[in-house]
Amino acid sequence: MAGSQPTHSSRRILRPANPAFIVLTLFLAFCMNLIPFGQVPGIPDWVAITLAFWSVHQPLRIGMGAAFIVGVAIDVASGGLLGQHALAYVLLSYGASSLSRRILWFPLAQQTLHVLPMMLATQLVLWLVAAMAGRDNPSIWWLLTSFTSTLLWSPAHFVLLAPQYQPESKDVHRPI
Amino acid sequence: MSVAGHEPPPFFKRGPAPVARLVFFVTLSIVLLVSDVRLKAMEHVRLALTTAIWPLQQVAYSPINVGETVASYFTRLSTILSDNRELQKRQLSDASRLVRQSYLEDENKRLRALLDMRDRQPVEGQIAEILYSARDPFSRRVIIDKGSQQGIESGQAVVDGVGVIGQVVRVFPLTAEVALLTDNEQSIPVKVARNGLRAVLAGAGPGAMELHFLASNAEIEAGDTLVTSGLDGIFLPGLPVATVSKIDRDSSFAFARILCTPLGGVEKHGLVLVLSSRAEQPERPPELDKAKTKSQSPSRVRASRKP
Repeated sequence: MAGSQPTHSSRRILRPANPAFIVLTLFLAFCMNLIPFGQVPGIPDWVAITLAFWSVHQPLRIGMGAAFIVGVAIDVASGGLLGQHALAYVLLSYGASSLSRRILWFPLAQQTLHVLPMMLATQLVLWLVAAMAGRDNPSIWWLLTSFTSTLLWSPAHFVLLAPQYQPESKDVHRPI
Repeated sequence: MSVAGHEPPPFFKRGPAPVARLVFFVTLSIVLLVSDVRLKAMEHVRLALTTAIWPLQQVAYSPINVGETVASYFTRLSTILSDNRELQKRQLSDASRLVRQSYLEDENKRLRALLDMRDRQPVEGQIAEILYSARDPFSRRVIIDKGSQQGIESGQAVVDGVGVIGQVVRVFPLTAEVALLTDNEQSIPVKVARNGLRAVLAGAGPGAMELHFLASNAEIEAGDTLVTSGLDGIFLPGLPVATVSKIDRDSSFAFARILCTPLGGVEKHGLVLVLSSRAEQPERPPELDKAKTKSQSPSRVRASRKP
């Protein structure tokens, strides 16, 4: 089962993921996406990285349905085209969950190399949809978002898996 | 296929295959997109969802708010004093003009009454503050802090101290979305202040606008000021909009390529004035309506688009 270990090559067995925690992290990521930085380049797409993370680690719980719902919410909040982020996130989630079994064999640094193309592809989809609807072209610096989001992959590993790293019961004689 | 002639039963129930789910959700997204972009059928859904998200957005806005408060706390007293002096100077220089304006307005009213012309509508408006620019990188829009609760309507013109900066395109209960003039979906009918030549000014990306459909031998020069012509029935006539910055007269094209820079602080933040909607225009003559359905040119002249 995906998600019982931090990576497939690890000996460590994790606690099962708490669905409420997954929903909470997606919600917090959504709130962070709402912070109005305007057109400042390089602000990471918190939702995309969280969604990709859970699609890789918990493909049975978080998939395209969740991606679609969060995407529509982002579309409404950003005032863009309705369905634009939904489409991009659905494709991102599909890509992430189908690469899940491959990605989890690699150590964190090499996982990051898998994440970058997925983030870039997400932005490409967003741009294609906007271009087809006749919207403005963003500046080239807009692509920085992919890189900053990708940099969050390793921190996300420790933050989002933190509850699963907790020991089942505390052993007073041999504290971990 | 297995030896037995049928698939073994699945160990884990996983619902529909990923590709089937992908197709379903992609189709759903595309349906949403088409009904939003082409049919404009999603505004009610958007309004409902935005109202639901509103408290979250307020919470998300607080870090920016705190940042601004802290920044303004550290603004030096001398800056404020020099600002104050500057504003007083400007106030004085404007005062003489304002005194004359009220006199001229009265005179204009009387003359118009003599000539039996329609009264010009007085300019009224609501002061609003630009909260932030929308996160969508594919359009140039800002959010202001007044909404339908304060009587803002879709289609109203937004100006700052110098000139027009945009138009309200979407109204939410407590906020409104303003499309800036530089948004490439936004266009505004203008005339050259010097000689009254009419044209359509359209947004062309950050800090730039382009004057469309003017012949390459049109009488226009770099440095000309463009003001609203008021033909659209939305913008009041005579509001300054932009100056012509560069003209590219290539005789191989039918139209000149005329680049303009906006006069108002289109890409800046601060206080703006949302002008009230113009009074009812006289009905268009019926022949014109028929012609409008046949040719596309009048629809290009309109600044409004469907909200």
